[in-house]
Amino acid sequence: MAPNPTSRPVEVLGRGADLALDADPANRYLPWIVALMVYLAALALAGAMVLGSSAGRWHSGQSDRMTVQVPPIEGSLDNAQATMDRAAAAAALLRGTAGIADARHFERDELVALLEPWLGAGNVSPELPLPGLVDVVVAPGARPDPRALELGLQEIAPGARVDAHGQWLERLAATARTLQVVALIVVLAIASAAAATVVFSTRTSLAVHRETVEVLHLIGAQDGFVARAFERNALWMGLRGGLIGLGLGALTFVVIGQMSVGLEAPLMPRFSLTPGGMMVLGSLPLVSAGIAMVTARFTVLRALADMP
Amino acid sequence: MVRFENVGMRYGSGPEVLRDISFKLEPGSFHFLTGLSGAGKSSLLKLLYLAHKPSRGLVTLFDQDIATAPREMLPALRRRIGVVFQDFRLLDHLSAFENVALPLRIAGVRDSLIRDHVGQLLDWVGLTDDYDLGPAAFSGGQKQRLAIARAVIARPQLLLADEPTGNLDPDLSLRLLHLFEELNKLGTTVLIATHNRDFVARFKHSAMHLHEGRLVDGSEPHLKAG
Repeated sequence: MAPNPTSRPVEVLGRGADLALDADPANRYLPWIVALMVYLAALALAGAMVLGSSAGRWHSGQSDRMTVQVPPIEGSLDNAQATMDRAAAAAALLRGTAGIADARHFERDELVALLEPWLGAGNVSPELPLPGLVDVVVAPGARPDPRALELGLQEIAPGARVDAHGQWLERLAATARTLQVVALIVVLAIASAAAATVVFSTRTSLAVHRETVEVLHLIGAQDGFVARAFERNALWMGLRGGLIGLGLGALTFVVIGQMSVGLEAPLMPRFSLTPGGMMVLGSLPLVSAGIAMVTARFTVLRALADMP
Repeated sequence: MVRFENVGMRYGSGPEVLRDISFKLEPGSFHFLTGLSGAGKSSLLKLLYLAHKPSRGLVTLFDQDIATAPREMLPALRRRIGVVFQDFRLLDHLSAFENVALPLRIAGVRDSLIRDHVGQLLDWVGLTDDYDLGPAAFSGGQKQRLAIARAVIARPQLLLADEPTGNLDPDLSLRLLHLFEELNKLGTTVLIATHNRDFVARFKHSAMHLHEGRLVDGSEPHLKAG
């Protein structure tokens, strides 16, 4: 008995199968190109986010601190104590200075404790001349001039030097922010390159399927009907490439994260992402799919506009 | 339904392939368009199925001047026209069923209706058993019938056929022309381009004759040759 076409399942009507785009040579490599681009974008974005959080941490952690170093008076134990006394006097003077929230000098025992990790416990000789140190907390919103503070300290602590962490940390943070902007520009460049790739791939597909497109056009298909076949194909290619790229990116992050475990450098960027950052990276396949879809649609519509 | 007034057409900057063409087609009429190869029959059909615009003159389809019609309106006009192309232009990656269903899908017809109509039409053109095969598996005659089924599935008001009997034996050609007459009786205006003057003589319908891009004497009296 002959098959009855009226009993055909709906899916045989093949929505989106009007053009056999899957087999196009141009489409074979597109997911891999998109994967590479998403991978690079993920690395650039992750780098930007890590730098951003580090810059914020450096800025908020140390920018309100200064350190005053009082040169040691060499010679005897008495002189060592005199150095500590100068540091204490400097701290007292600074506490009364405008723009300074607090100032605390380090006792010799504390300085010895700071040196022990390098010299070993009990190996710090009492004869060793140590500088006096004062930890200064700057009042919120204040920006005291380190040079002016230095001058004010010379009378009670000759040779005292003021190190303003905020200034060089600010420069470091500014550099980090610049790198962040550069990373975002790189991401935009990658997105543009991805769009250009989709344009060329779509134009190639249009050329390959020119006759089919003409037939659809001549039997009354709206431009949008034809464009939908291309945009669906591009959406799938972009999504597939995006997922591959993100997978490779995730693998790279895990490896770098594992390698950075145990590195205890206070100023080294922490390679960890916030939940928001992970969401941004997780959305990359959707973004790549969206870029591919929209680009393919506009490329096809623009090409069809030349037809009568 | 169709009106041409002093129409000229050229491809790019080449010479005019149609010159001073004037005629009218009334709704529900049946016409032949004859002429030797290269006389301009296919070019005239291209103007009718809106694949090309005239380089001069007035062409109106369904009372719409196609030169001034907004581009967005043209797909709707094309859906009122069925075309049997000389080279069929079937889509090889689709099955026979899907090829015939295409105009209905483009028109946004419901799937259940598409199944019913396409099934009936494939039965009518004798391709019920082969609905799942691609056109590549068909003979010339089967492709012809499939192309006709696709052209008429959406019940067009104007049916254009470019050398539709070119690949068929005389018996099948006769059956095909009778099929066109049936459609014509249902109200479809039919225009068949052919170089086969025997058919034109056999079927008593009006005929226009093209020679070197012009409609020449020999066209039926009620047609206004330019």
